[in-house]
Amino acid sequence: MVNRPHLRPATGGSIRRQLVVQLLIVAAVLSGLLYLSVRGVADTAVETTQDSILGAATIAIAEELRGGEDGVSIDIPYTAFSMLGSIGEDRVFYRILVGGETVTGYPDLALPESPPGSGLDPRFFTTSYDGSEVRAAAVVRSVLVEGRNTEVMVIVAQTRGAKDAIVAQMANRAALLGLGFFALAAVLSVITARSVLNPVQRLAEAVGRRGPDDLRPVERPVPSELAPLVRALNGFIARLSGALSRTETFIAEAAHHIRTPLATLRTQAEIALRKTDDEATRDSLRAMIRAADDSARSAGQLLDHAAVVYRTDQRTEERIDLCQLARDMSDSFGPTADIRDIDLTTDLCAPPVEITADRLLVESALRNLLDNAIKYSLPDGSVAVTVGTDGGRAVIRVLDRGRGLSGARTTQLTGRFRRGTNVADVVGSGLGLTIVREVARAQGGEFRITEREGGGTCAELSLPL
Amino acid sequence: MRRTIAALVIAFCVALPRLALGFDVEEEQVFPAPSGAPTAPLRILSTTDTEIFAPLLDAFQADNPDVPIHYTVASTQEVYKALHDEGAAFDLAVSSAMDLQMKLANDGFALSHRSAPTQALPGWARWRDQLFAFAQEPVVMIASARAFDGPLPRTRSDLIRALRDRPEAFDGRIGTYDPNRSGAGYLFATQDARQSDTYWRLSEVMGGLSPRLYDTTGAMIADVQSGKLALAYNVLGSYAEAQLDPDGDARIVAFEDFTHVLLRTALIPRTAPNPDAAGAFVDFLLSGDGQRLIASETGLPPISEAALAADPYLRPIRLDPGLLVFVDPLKRQRFLNEWTAAVVQP
Repeated sequence: MVNRPHLRPATGGSIRRQLVVQLLIVAAVLSGLLYLSVRGVADTAVETTQDSILGAATIAIAEELRGGEDGVSIDIPYTAFSMLGSIGEDRVFYRILVGGETVTGYPDLALPESPPGSGLDPRFFTTSYDGSEVRAAAVVRSVLVEGRNTEVMVIVAQTRGAKDAIVAQMANRAALLGLGFFALAAVLSVITARSVLNPVQRLAEAVGRRGPDDLRPVERPVPSELAPLVRALNGFIARLSGALSRTETFIAEAAHHIRTPLATLRTQAEIALRKTDDEATRDSLRAMIRAADDSARSAGQLLDHAAVVYRTDQRTEERIDLCQLARDMSDSFGPTADIRDIDLTTDLCAPPVEITADRLLVESALRNLLDNAIKYSLPDGSVAVTVGTDGGRAVIRVLDRGRGLSGARTTQLTGRFRRGTNVADVVGSGLGLTIVREVARAQGGEFRITEREGGGTCAELSLPL
Repeated sequence: MRRTIAALVIAFCVALPRLALGFDVEEEQVFPAPSGAPTAPLRILSTTDTEIFAPLLDAFQADNPDVPIHYTVASTQEVYKALHDEGAAFDLAVSSAMDLQMKLANDGFALSHRSAPTQALPGWARWRDQLFAFAQEPVVMIASARAFDGPLPRTRSDLIRALRDRPEAFDGRIGTYDPNRSGAGYLFATQDARQSDTYWRLSEVMGGLSPRLYDTTGAMIADVQSGKLALAYNVLGSYAEAQLDPDGDARIVAFEDFTHVLLRTALIPRTAPNPDAAGAFVDFLLSGDGQRLIASETGLPPISEAALAADPYLRPIRLDPGLLVFVDPLKRQRFLNEWTAAVVQP
């Protein structure tokens, strides 16, 4: 295929990548939230557990308070502190106040900001003691001392090392969970992005697979999000198809409109030539006829070229027998060759050489090659057409014994409106070999024109079988 | 050789500038660095007698020849007082008073030390990477086989029955710790009291038989051996095993209803000038070599879960905050009043 860089669209990022990145961001945020919430729940749960044990220890001490004539009797149960060791190895502090006076424990342990209510309902608070953060529970209980109500406050506090350790452990697990969640989400997001973009991929492949002249609208079912794109594509195809058919019509119209007046002009000039005997007028008329021929040929070739360029994009491939085609073309050039006494021969190999190509393009190329060969041959010269195969390619050669190329290269001769340096005396438009080159290019073949040994030219068109 | 070392030690004791210590010291010895190039000394404050600990110190110095060791012996109460009230500068406190050691650690007087040997300790033998048990000693009764008519009692109920059946055989011949004066005695009595109500019944019965009150295990064992006592209740089994004449009639009785196991613990005080040496010594005590030496040279049983599993009545006194309860002055006064009322009868 011919490399056409302008057909490669400018890409600005990838939807899949964008989709994956966005899904990953969402997954990362969710993983983070998961981590924070598990941590938060763990923190609350462990604190609640520590609180309930602290509360139980405080109440156990308060339960043992007794009033009496000798003051308050305080008997701390062993289990009150022992149970505090159940969460972990945390330091324990306590303070017991009778009527606002500290009677035992740690006198510098902070009191709750607001006194706890009665009824052994512990008030929990967080404070610090001896440089460590502690969680404390306080209860107040009234006991009867010497007939008077005396308030006793019991405060039990515990450092939070075990709680922090448990929370840290749970947070580690939550972090692992979050990482696992993120990894899973990453895999799923890649899979999701792929499956979401599958219809786009399939549509692109379906459109890309179309033949060059397949201008039917896209009718395959697509997701609703792609419907606007397909609708726009179909509209574009419809406009393109309309424009192409107008171009075809225009070329046909132009051919008709240029060729017909030229033919009329030529006929009138010939009639005038027959009617006059004045040599000067006859010379003028002959010049006019030659100019008309020249114009007709140029117009024909221009139209040929336009048709070739048009068909390059709109090829209709079919199986063509090159031998048959060469034979038919030689036959059609027979009269022209006879006029100049040129011996036109064909040398076709025995089995048919078949290629898949656009018939009109190949015909057009061969016609231009034969036209050139006959045009530039001397009278009584010879032109030969051969068809053969060479290394997987079909090769058509048109050989003449004409004036040769006088050193010009193929590339110099196949440029648009470029002609050889030795052909000023022969009518020509400079488009013939351009057409051949275009055809070779469109069909994935090659065109080469070289000098023959012993004078003349060899034009060689090779096309893939 | 021993003699020269002893001479050296005495010379050092004399030469040592007496520290202005506010607590009572029973004994002080310096083990100079064997290498002759001494670094900062390791100061150990201990309740364990020097001659028991000396083999361990020698072994430690064999591995650490640059470290001189100052070994100071004091009672459990004095060890506690030195660190808690006076902020004395010692690198290691070794004590059998678990409750007081626990109180020191709980109140922030201990430094943390974490190493492979401390991590290998069972959970009940360690608290907060600050308090480390290096020996476990059952608390037992020493009884004279002759004094009992028939088999020796296996539980405290058996003992109560025996005492009630033949009070004349035991009157004035029962020895036990005075918890008012002995920290170990107080710990044993409080643990007994919290474990079972039988203890108060036993105390009442013993109180009716004019018990003799002692400060140390050694004195009680000696009196049982000499026949002065028929039984000594709540003594340290390790001392008894070392001192008892195997052919005599004194027997060790570990009660099958429960026998407490005392943990001898070490902690690094926060005032330690040389905590690294203290950490190295703790690691040595807890290492396989240290534990083997403790078993073979000191007669103290090393930390062993297998030994506890073999005798299900052995209950190690747990290193947990419960120990703080009986350190509370009100609680202590209350307990001692109760105990005195039960045991010291007019």
